[in-house]
Amino acid sequence: MADGTRGGRWTVGGGRSSGWRLFARTALARAYPRLIMNVREKWWMVFDILLPLVAVCAYVFVYRANNAPADLIGFVIIGGAMSAYWMNVLWAMGNQLFWEKETGNLALYIMAPGSMMAILLGMALGGMFTTTVRAASILAIGSLLFDVHFAVSSVPLLAAAFVLALVALYGMGMMFASMFLLLGREGWHLVNLAQEPVFLLSGTFFPIRSFNFWVAAGASIVPLTLALDAIRQLSFASGAASGFLDVRTEVAALAGLSVVFLVAARISLRQLERLAIAEGRLTESRA
Amino acid sequence: MRALAIETERLGRIYKPRRNDRHDAKPRVALSDVSLMVPRGELFGLLGPNGAGKTTLIKILTTLLAPSSGWAAVEGYDVHREPQFVRPCINMVSGGEASGYGLLTVRENLWMFSQFYGLSSAEANRRITELLAVVKMSDRVNTKSSQLSTGLRQKMNIARGFLTDPKVLFLDEPTLGLDVEASRDARQYIRRWVEEDSTRTVLLTTHYMVEADELCDRVAIINGGRVLACDTPSNLKRRLQREPIFHLDTSPLTAADVASIAALPGVRQATHHLAAAGSSVELILQEERVLGPVISQMESRGIALVNLSKREPTLEDVFFALVGRSMEEVEHG
Repeated sequence: MADGTRGGRWTVGGGRSSGWRLFARTALARAYPRLIMNVREKWWMVFDILLPLVAVCAYVFVYRANNAPADLIGFVIIGGAMSAYWMNVLWAMGNQLFWEKETGNLALYIMAPGSMMAILLGMALGGMFTTTVRAASILAIGSLLFDVHFAVSSVPLLAAAFVLALVALYGMGMMFASMFLLLGREGWHLVNLAQEPVFLLSGTFFPIRSFNFWVAAGASIVPLTLALDAIRQLSFASGAASGFLDVRTEVAALAGLSVVFLVAARISLRQLERLAIAEGRLTESRA
Repeated sequence: MRALAIETERLGRIYKPRRNDRHDAKPRVALSDVSLMVPRGELFGLLGPNGAGKTTLIKILTTLLAPSSGWAAVEGYDVHREPQFVRPCINMVSGGEASGYGLLTVRENLWMFSQFYGLSSAEANRRITELLAVVKMSDRVNTKSSQLSTGLRQKMNIARGFLTDPKVLFLDEPTLGLDVEASRDARQYIRRWVEEDSTRTVLLTTHYMVEADELCDRVAIINGGRVLACDTPSNLKRRLQREPIFHLDTSPLTAADVASIAALPGVRQATHHLAAAGSSVELILQEERVLGPVISQMESRGIALVNLSKREPTLEDVFFALVGRSMEEVEHG
């Protein structure tokens, strides 16, 4: 029976989705806790908006004290907003499966017929939404506080750069998540290690062009680098002059990184899940 | 013969030392040569102390752990090679687990897990309402799970296990953390659930003898990763029925008193418990006439006998007879 019942009792497997419907249900269900968090846990406003704004203010005052061009203030605020995504990718994607393992959720995820890729996608979608609220708040408050003037040269390209940046970043996060399945607590240290150096290498608070070409090119493996550069070039009058590569090249590279990281996430998840099952690392207890 | 829900053949699992383990750490055999056949419709129990290998066996059967040797199938599918076919058929509840998210309500947590099995939201919500009534949590449906006590959280986990109406349900110490009444209710529901449909199967691990005795159609006694015996609880106990068991209430006993009784010829086992006023001793004797020398020994040591009764063997006695120690003694090394 379609509703899965027969004579008031449930039938085994009755009324269940499979295939892409199961994938979609799994992804949306896993996204749900992250979406609802915005409403139920208000402390994020302090930790995820006010504290990043404090860091942004420090850079703004340094630039102002040195009579830097006005657009640089906008660069810093965009950097502050986009850094929220990197933090989310590291802590709420890369490190997440470790916590899921500790609480017993990971075993239930693996054991369920819904795919782990759908679980990771749900985590990513939920993370993208909540972080976009935070990033937009940082951008809006920062722009108002410091009177930033935007001069968007191409809305479609800006939208493409932003969307592809998110896909590439969260694809990278999904790949991290599966890799950290094997690392356990050591993953926490790696996440810590990856936080500040990436803020430096990706040019979060300054134009990446300040580095020499090869350093900037190397740093471009992290999607945040090209995303920041492209968004700045497209959002400010002086942006193109301080850009690293041509915007279209950067958008194309972001598209390439999106594909690479999503495929890598899928492959590594499959391989590492197999390895974790062989080594008994999906559950903490070894009883 | 009924179709098999679970089958294992010479199943083994060895945990190798990890990189971070001590240098002298050795591989640990968690499971060795376990062969079981559980037909559909059976409530099958695994009884053994902590560390016996029960959870390792469940992890293998639920596709979370690869066996080191042997083979296992659930609903006819190889758990290691065909996990994608096994997973839609199963669910698991572990005692003391903290699954779900604290900021979600009980209903939201259960709904989320139902989605991973592809249930429609309407069907999931209908089942959630029914199951929360069963576990007497209807008034907590909108409570955040972070605000639940350990016992209520475990009730929510039990509801989660039944929510997807699995063909094979794995219950790993499911009543851990529940009070006496809730444990009894849970056991009754588990029994009823299996009996409602002959295709449903439960594999339950426990170290509570009463739980295994009361609930299970058959019980496998497991210790040190090996299955020592597998039969119905009544058949297992019948093995000991030739050996009479006596319960004695006495004046306070010293360790030397108990040792002197245990050393008498024909005394298979003497277990001492402190009672409110004095001591109590459980004796398993080779035959009833050994009781005479026991009472004589007590008299010679000045021990007053307050009460004496003969009792039926329990699964605890079966475990002792098989292992040579009580389950409590095994757990405490």
